[in-house]
Amino acid sequence: MNVRTLETLVGFFMLLFFIAMFILAMKVSNLASLTGGSGYEVTAYFENIGGLKPRAPVSASGVRVGQVSKIEYDAETFQAKVTLNIDNDYQEFPIDTSASIYTAGLLGEQYIGLDPGGEEEYLADGDEFELTQSALVLERLIGRVLVNQ
Amino acid sequence: MLNSVRLLGARTLESVQALGRAHVFLAQTLIGMGSAVRRFSLVMQQLHASGVKTLSIILVSGLFVGMVLALQGYNTLVQFGAEESLGVVVALTLVRELGPVVTGLLFAGRAGSALTAEIGLMKSTEQLSGLEMMAIDPFQRIFAPRLLAGFLSLPMLAAMFSAVGVLGGHLVGVELLGVDVGAYWSQMQSAVSFSSDVLTGLIKAVVFGLVVTWIAIFEGADCVPTPEGVASATTRTVVKSSLAVLGLDFLLTAVMFSV
Amino acid sequence: MSDPHSTLVKIRDLHFSRGSKAIFKGLNADIPRGKITTILGPSGTGKTTLLKLIGGQEKPSAGQIDVDGLHVAALSRRDLYSLRKRMGMLFQSGALLTDLNVFDNVAFPLREHTKLPESLIHKLVLMRLHAVGLRGARDLMPAELSGGMARRAALARALVMDPMMIMYDEPFTGQDPISMGVLLELIRTVNQALGLTSLIVSHDLGESLSISDHVIVISEGKVVESGSPEALQNSESAWVQQFLNGRPDGPVPFQLSAPDYAADLASHEERLDA
Repeated sequence: MNVRTLETLVGFFMLLFFIAMFILAMKVSNLASLTGGSGYEVTAYFENIGGLKPRAPVSASGVRVGQVSKIEYDAETFQAKVTLNIDNDYQEFPIDTSASIYTAGLLGEQYIGLDPGGEEEYLADGDEFELTQSALVLERLIGRVLVNQ
Repeated sequence: MLNSVRLLGARTLESVQALGRAHVFLAQTLIGMGSAVRRFSLVMQQLHASGVKTLSIILVSGLFVGMVLALQGYNTLVQFGAEESLGVVVALTLVRELGPVVTGLLFAGRAGSALTAEIGLMKSTEQLSGLEMMAIDPFQRIFAPRLLAGFLSLPMLAAMFSAVGVLGGHLVGVELLGVDVGAYWSQMQSAVSFSSDVLTGLIKAVVFGLVVTWIAIFEGADCVPTPEGVASATTRTVVKSSLAVLGLDFLLTAVMFSV
Repeated sequence: MSDPHSTLVKIRDLHFSRGSKAIFKGLNADIPRGKITTILGPSGTGKTTLLKLIGGQEKPSAGQIDVDGLHVAALSRRDLYSLRKRMGMLFQSGALLTDLNVFDNVAFPLREHTKLPESLIHKLVLMRLHAVGLRGARDLMPAELSGGMARRAALARALVMDPMMIMYDEPFTGQDPISMGVLLELIRTVNQALGLTSLIVSHDLGESLSISDHVIVISEGKVVESGSPEALQNSESAWVQQFLNGRPDGPVPFQLSAPDYAADLASHEERLDA
């Protein structure tokens, strides 16, 4: 085999490797959203976040609009402070939008769902959700049902 | 009775000696690595022999493994109403485990056996002795470029295997079984971490690449220089390197994912 | 004989064993410079091993081999490799690299060891190929060559570095009369034209004796006889006579050592009776 064919084939091989790494980095894993930063941040306080984890999706009407970037415990309010990173494509959420923690399916992972309100003003970087609904914790739910009976 | 004990002792001693020879061999090859890097055209030829020639089998198997994972995963997940997580199941299985392991096994069968046969043939036709008598060090000229190429190409092949597998999972899961395309990819993205899943999978593949190529080259250079010797060395390469891949996979998983 | 200027390879009290089998037990020999020397001996006497010992691929367990005044076994790697660049060796199979064609095989040592421009390599390689009559086979792969052609190509490769000595490992085995004649002629002319030392290891008597200046016969790890081909023919050793004339029985018995024939035949019945 002559040198040129060999180099072409090996070059093709390397190219496929780079494409594969691109798919693995940008499509399969979270590398794109970590380095992205192409969004604005809004915070929300929850009584209980259940099993919510960083990088969990944030969706509105089932469409992914961003992700959870940070989860902290706020010692002053005794609440969980969750920072949401919402993509720049979705700018127009009214300021009375509520954020709730839902579970995908019965055993699926938890995500934050946004329910838009009716105000004319929109949320901007650094704002805070005023209306939040905590995660549904199964034990508490069962407890409440038992007490009410 | 005494004879079988004696035989057992002899066998054990022989294995220990072979293990020692294999490590001395590895050390000598690593010493020869410097000159292999300086003459990259040699490594290039070997990248072609062990990488490019293994490519088709890797891509086809990757596609099918991804498709089967999607099918099996869907059947289980749909019982819990969690079929949205299909992408996560397929991607994590491929990137962490099946990508490196299946690539390692296929590489041992395709490239490893070819390496052993090639070097065994070079030994039995006196080409290795001939090189030495021409004052050319086979470690620098023959073994080191092959070790380096195997070491480089296995992780590359594993990455391609995983990528193609995820696409195969998309074909079956999204196109055939109707999982939402957004959920398939976005759940995957939020659950798979580049550093702790993709990179650790590739670290496994790097280790497999070194070990499989090492075994293949050593068995070739250590074989009895007859047609039967080369044939049995080729078999030994496939058996030993497959076992090494599976055993090391357990060790590496325990070390890297237990935290 | 012991004049250092006329002796290229000096072997003194050489001992070598592989596993528990002793192959050489105190071998002494001198290979004269500029001559064709043949080492004769039955199969399995370690003739090829002797060439490997001279080339430094094996180390003797005792004794010493000097090549051109250098103690081979004691050389550093670098010195050994520079000595090997001055030695050519022709393996039985030719040992051509299977993935290179004839031209690249002959050019191989030049490309590995020198930084000569490609145009000069082209000329040098064609000159060597012409000398062995294979200029027309330069684009063939080793698998396409006959055994004799492969050995000629390997000879061209061994000559391309202008060695001071060439070792031939069984060059005549399995050759038809024509390629045998070609090889004999090549070995003789190469030796004369380039003034190098040739060392042939063989068990093909007639051919080897016809071109040799000096013959060494080894058996059982020792030199049995050495001298000119004529002196050998008149040797008084019964072993040498059996070897030279190819008699089936003599000092080397036809039967391998075994129990008494009659007793051996009867032994089966005895075992049945017992």
